[in-house]
Amino acid sequence: MSKRRVVITGLGILSPVGNDLVTAWNNVVSGVSGIGPITHFDAAGYSTRIAGEVRDFDPTRWIAPKDVKKMDPFIHYGVAASLEAMKDSGLEVTEANAERIGVSVGAGIGGITTIERTSQQLAEGGPRKISPFFVPSTIINMISGHLSIMTGIKGPNLATVTACTTATHNIGLAARLIAYGDADVMVAGGAEYATTGTAIGGFCSARAMSHRNDEPTRASRPWDKDRDGFVLADGAGVVVLEEYEHAKARGARIYAELAGFGMSGDAYHMTSPSENGEGAARCMANALKDAGLNPTDVQYINAHGTSTPAGDLAETQATKTCFGDYAHKVMVSSTKSMTGHLLGAAGGVEAIFSVLAMHHGVVPPTINLDEPGEGCDLDYVPNTARDAQLDIVLSNSFGFGGTNGTLVFRRV
Amino acid sequence: MSSIEERVKKIVVEQLGVKEDEVTQNASFVDDLGADSLDTVELVMALEEEFECEIPDEEAEKITTVQQAVDYIKAHVKA
Repeated sequence: MSKRRVVITGLGILSPVGNDLVTAWNNVVSGVSGIGPITHFDAAGYSTRIAGEVRDFDPTRWIAPKDVKKMDPFIHYGVAASLEAMKDSGLEVTEANAERIGVSVGAGIGGITTIERTSQQLAEGGPRKISPFFVPSTIINMISGHLSIMTGIKGPNLATVTACTTATHNIGLAARLIAYGDADVMVAGGAEYATTGTAIGGFCSARAMSHRNDEPTRASRPWDKDRDGFVLADGAGVVVLEEYEHAKARGARIYAELAGFGMSGDAYHMTSPSENGEGAARCMANALKDAGLNPTDVQYINAHGTSTPAGDLAETQATKTCFGDYAHKVMVSSTKSMTGHLLGAAGGVEAIFSVLAMHHGVVPPTINLDEPGEGCDLDYVPNTARDAQLDIVLSNSFGFGGTNGTLVFRRV
Repeated sequence: MSSIEERVKKIVVEQLGVKEDEVTQNASFVDDLGADSLDTVELVMALEEEFECEIPDEEAEKITTVQQAVDYIKAHVKA
């Protein structure tokens, strides 16, 4: 049996650079940063006091007011982006197709702000103060749960959790479910709301974050010699994946084909990338093999590029290992230079930017790249977007635990 | 200060997201006001908070209408 082809027919985004596709895309091609001072809690005592927060978000636009308090904000974000992606796809859920539509939207950390608050209530008031909604408002598969309840989609219902690779793995694995025949349509991606005291504090202690508090919009600077860590961000990125013939039959707008998916594990360290980006290189090679493509077929890579000293160098080395001499010809940019790092949602918003880059023929830039650091010598599309006909685009995600994922998009 | 009836009604409106005129004396939380099993637990917690009391689980299970809530508070809480 030949694999069923999977295409992308809907996109939904909530991010520090915008809460709709047009705004977010215009900002990333214009080089506008969404990073600012943390407002979600008093960050005065923290070494990092900046983040990419979602602004002007009203959950009641998507969720009934009485249900809003039963969900952690990461669920609000995930549900909103999923509903927007479904709306964008124009797909109607009917009694006839409901069982063939599934959902796989995860998060890297999940309901941590509600876990923090409930821990305090427990400490101060004892176990009787814990809300009956505590568990279902914090567990990671609840975006998928709520989306199915709200829309009536009855196909596979799951959520993969792999730190910063979460959304990429959810999209890749959901596409496999369509290819295998378990579903005709999958809503897939990730969401995150981790701008909270414990999460920011934990990343600060791990020495993973930028300290450029006085220049928030300059803090995320992948590959630059003065990069000093990532900038945490919130949001959600969700796509609608659809079997090709199914999409064609209903006259859907097809953004791109999801032509390949690769995974690998580093087997190296909890938080550091493997030496010379060995795991990332195998991941990209696996994705190209799955798509039946050669490295030279690729024009653009939307990189993981988080702005950490070790990670950016490792991804550069991995790209050279996988692409050989051609590594210097392929365009590599990091939209995290503008959005910050959305952890479990990162692969979702970056899949969207990858697809839109192909759709519009424009490669978003890496901003704040004033002078590349040592060993960082690829074409990172510095500071200015570039017009380009794109036929094949890759999107990378790498997560704590040494978990890697790469998606391959092809023009249809 | 508002009466016990008014305070109970306000909590029911807030917790269940219903309109004030729906919260009649004999309205059942589950049958008339759309509450599920989790909603009713949280509703009782909100009543405990408002009236600074502790409602034992076996008593809480018997509170299924607005009137029953008011009656319980009147009988067990010094206003």
